[in-house]
Amino acid sequence: LLNIIAGTLSSPVVIVPSSYESIATVTVGSGGSSSIDFTSIPATYTHLQIRLLARTTHPSGTDGDYLDMQFNSDTGANYATHQISANGSSASAAAFTSQTSMYPSRVGSTGLAANIFGCIIIDILDYSSTTKYKTVRQLGGYDANGSGLLRFASCLWTNTNAVTSINLQAGSGTGLEQYSTFALYGIKGV
Amino acid sequence: MAAGSTYTPIATTTLGSAQADITFSSITGSYTDLIIVANIIRTSGSDLEFQLNGNTGSNYSTTFLFGDGSTAQSINTTNAAAGNAGYSASTNPMTMIMQLQNYSNATTFKTILVRNSPAANAVSALVNLYRSTSAITSIKFYPTAGNLNTGSTFTLYGIAAA
Repeated sequence: LLNIIAGTLSSPVVIVPSSYESIATVTVGSGGSSSIDFTSIPATYTHLQIRLLARTTHPSGTDGDYLDMQFNSDTGANYATHQISANGSSASAAAFTSQTSMYPSRVGSTGLAANIFGCIIIDILDYSSTTKYKTVRQLGGYDANGSGLLRFASCLWTNTNAVTSINLQAGSGTGLEQYSTFALYGIKGV
Repeated sequence: MAAGSTYTPIATTTLGSAQADITFSSITGSYTDLIIVANIIRTSGSDLEFQLNGNTGSNYSTTFLFGDGSTAQSINTTNAAAGNAGYSASTNPMTMIMQLQNYSNATTFKTILVRNSPAANAVSALVNLYRSTSAITSIKFYPTAGNLNTGSTFTLYGIAAA
């Protein structure tokens, strides 16, 4: 936790380091969008966090849609994802190696009832390192009152370059619906 | 670009005595996301439930992921009168972190992520749906049996996007 809290109801003492900063936000407008990009990400933070609310235009199915994520416009088979998922009736695990993108959780889609969006929180640790492959963790999902999916995932980009741009798009290849929002934050170290 | 520092504590409650529930009310719409971090002690094993904006209608549903040391399982609820923030059969402290993203938008239903660690017996994560497009202005937490016990802490944070 970034903040240090000590105190009681009667006399709270709150210390808030200036360590969590908003970098950029993309909100999908009317007509939707095929994808969103964060570009020219500065290397001035230690970690990045993406907080998103999304719904894709995938028209069929009742299990939402997954998102694809790529770094630095790398479209090579340099990504892996391991995940554990829950759909309301069973839990399962899966792995995807040598992929052309990472797979954060599923979100809402047009195939579901109106107004159902999914949420994902994505942490990209030590993103500006030039000596390590990049590891990502995420928690996300959606619920649609009778169906849904919750997923933990860890993702790997087998590249030592600093992450300077991030692309997110609908895994179905369709698009992102209006009101989907993607917020990028930077977390400082000392 | 950068809007400066955020992740701001809005309110903290530390229970000085056992009580049935706690409520964060009059939440402003000036943030993008809300995060609630709680360390919860109950007087008996139970679910921890929550209601938004005082809504007690059948407008909540939840998908659970739950592991107890021997099996991983998933269940769901539909058309419930409350959202779920986790279960513990134990009265040992349970940590809970809840994420309410874009809580003040008046367009979408609200999806709420929860991480829950009743470390004495399990670990769980949940995704909740609240079928209302209204901005969230209050959140009430309560156990389904017994009380929230002395020493329980609940802190509400706000995050503002650029």
